[in-house]
Amino acid sequence: MRGDRQAGSLQLEGVRYRYPGAQRDALENVSLSVNPGQFHAVIGPNGSGKTTLVRVALGALAPLAGSADIDGRPSSRWPRQALARLVGVVPQREDNLFPQRVRETVLLGRYARLSLWGGERPEDHAAVMRALTACDAQHLAERWVWTLSGGEYQRVRVARALAQEPRLLVLDEPAVSLDLQHEMGLFELIRGLVDTEGLGVLMITHDLNLAARFADSLLLLEGGRPIALGAPVDVLTQQTVETVFSWPVRMQTVDGRPQMIPLRQTKESRA
Amino acid sequence: MKWALLVTVAVLALVASVAVGPAAVPLGELLRSDIVWNLRAPRALLAFLVGGSLGIAGAALQALVRNPLADPFLLGLSGGAGLGAVLAIALHLSGPWALPLAAFAGALAALALVYRLGLIGGAALDPRILLLGGVAIGAFAAAITTAIVSLADASELRNAFLWLWGGLSSASWDAVLVIVLYAPIPIAVLLAASRPLDLLALGEEPARYLGADVDAVKRRVYLAASLLTAAAVAVSGVIGFVGLVVPHLARLTWGHRHRALLPAAFVGGGALLAIADTLARTVVAPRELPVGVVTALIGVPVFTLLLRRWTIA
Repeated sequence: MRGDRQAGSLQLEGVRYRYPGAQRDALENVSLSVNPGQFHAVIGPNGSGKTTLVRVALGALAPLAGSADIDGRPSSRWPRQALARLVGVVPQREDNLFPQRVRETVLLGRYARLSLWGGERPEDHAAVMRALTACDAQHLAERWVWTLSGGEYQRVRVARALAQEPRLLVLDEPAVSLDLQHEMGLFELIRGLVDTEGLGVLMITHDLNLAARFADSLLLLEGGRPIALGAPVDVLTQQTVETVFSWPVRMQTVDGRPQMIPLRQTKESRA
Repeated sequence: MKWALLVTVAVLALVASVAVGPAAVPLGELLRSDIVWNLRAPRALLAFLVGGSLGIAGAALQALVRNPLADPFLLGLSGGAGLGAVLAIALHLSGPWALPLAAFAGALAALALVYRLGLIGGAALDPRILLLGGVAIGAFAAAITTAIVSLADASELRNAFLWLWGGLSSASWDAVLVIVLYAPIPIAVLLAASRPLDLLALGEEPARYLGADVDAVKRRVYLAASLLTAAAVAVSGVIGFVGLVVPHLARLTWGHRHRALLPAAFVGGGALLAIADTLARTVVAPRELPVGVVTALIGVPVFTLLLRRWTIA
C-alpha cells in the first residue's frame, strides 16, 4: 500500500445526530479517534447507533453538533473521489442489479484512481489481484458473484475495499452470516492488515468476544450514547455487558482478553 | 469482432434505407437522385440519430432508476410531448417547426414536473419517485391529450393520432442538423457517467463510498437522458421499444459495463430505427405506417423472448 503512512486519521468529537423527523437523537456526544495501525471496534445492541456512527464518520451524514473529521477536514466536505482513495468501506448491504464477475466487481474499487476517459491500467489489474490474494479469494476471480457463498462474497467485498488501496478501512458487520472458519479468517485478515500494512480499521460488530479478542480499542454504544471507550479489558466487564444487553453473563479471560459467556435463565430470574 | 459486426449492420441499414423506397431509383443513379439526396438520405440519418438517442438514453435510465425494464418514455416525456403536439395541431399552429417545438416544450414541461417530484423526499433525487412520478405525469398528460383529441375534427384527429405513433416523414436536412448540433452534449454527459453508473448498480451508499458523487450523477444522467429523449420525440413523435429492447440486446452481448454498453446501445438503436423506418415506408407503399407501429411489432416479440430468457436464468 502506498501513500503517506500517517494519512487516514479519523476524529469524532462530541458528535450529535438526529434523523429528520425522529423523536430522539441517534447519536449523542460520541467521540472517537482512529489512527493508522489501530483496530477499533464499535459494539452495542441493535439500534444503538452503530451504523449511524459510520455514516457520520464517512460524511454521508453531517453531524448536528460536534465534528467528524478525516485528516483534519470535515468528512462531509471531502470530495467523494478523493475520500475513496483514502478510506475503503465494506457497507452492511449492497445488491448487484446486473450479473457481474468477481474480477469486475473488485475492479470497481479502482474507480477513485481512474481518470474520467482513461481505461484501466496494468497497475489497476495488479491491485485487484493483490487484493484478491490478500483475502484468499484469487481462485474466485472468474466466478459470477451470485454463485458465491456468503463467506466468499464477504471476502470479495473486503477485497474490493482493499483494491482502493486505502489507509483506513471501515467495515459494518462484516462477519454476519459467516461460519466459524470464515469469521475467524476474516478477523485474522483484518488484524494482519493492521499489523503489517499499518492500516487503520473501524469495525462495527455484534460479536463482543471477537471484538475483544482482535481489537485494540472498543467503543460500546447504547441508545446512541457512549457507555464505555477504551481497551477491551476495561470496556467488556460483567457489569457493563449485563447493564447494556440486559442479560446475565460470566466473564473469562483468553489470551489476556475478556470473553463473556451468556448464562441460561434460572427459574427465579424467569419469574 | 462484435463491434465490427454491429457497425456493419448499422452501415448496411443506412445503405438499405437510402437504396430502397416506393420510387424505384436505379442503383447506378442513387448518388445523383434528388429523391435520395432530399428525402431518403436525411430521413435515414435522422432515423439513425433518433434511434441511437433513444437507445443510449434507455440504457442509462435503466441503471439510474435501478429497473432493467425502464424505457425513456416511462418517465412521462411521451405524455408531455404528445400533449404539446396535439395542442399545436388543435390550435392550427403553422410552419415547419411548430409541431416539433410544441412537442419539445411539452416534453420539457413534463421533465420539469417529474424532476420536481423526484426531489420530494429532500435534496437528493429519488429514482423510485422519478419512475412513479413519470408514470403519473404521463397518464395525466395523456388524459388531457385525449380530451383535446375528442373535441377535434376528423382530419386533426388523424394527424394527432399518427403523430402519437411516431414518424419520420417530415425529416429534412434542417432536422438532421438540429439533432447533430444538439445531441452530442447530452451524449457526452452520459458517456462521462459510465463508470459512476457501474457503481450505482451496487446501490447508492456503496457507490458513494467507492468515490461516486451520487447525487450529481443522478441529476446529470436524468437530465441528459431526458433532454436527449425530448429532442428525439420532438422530431419524430413517440417511438416506443427502441429504448427498451436495444439496451437489453446490447447487455446480452456487451455485458453491463456502461463504457461499452452505452456506445453499443447508440449504434444498435440507430441501426434498428433505420431498418424499422425502411420497413415503415415500404411494406404498404405508397402509403406509410407510423414507425412506432413497426418498432412495436418488432420489439414486442423480441422483448417477450428476452423476458423468457430472464425467467429461465
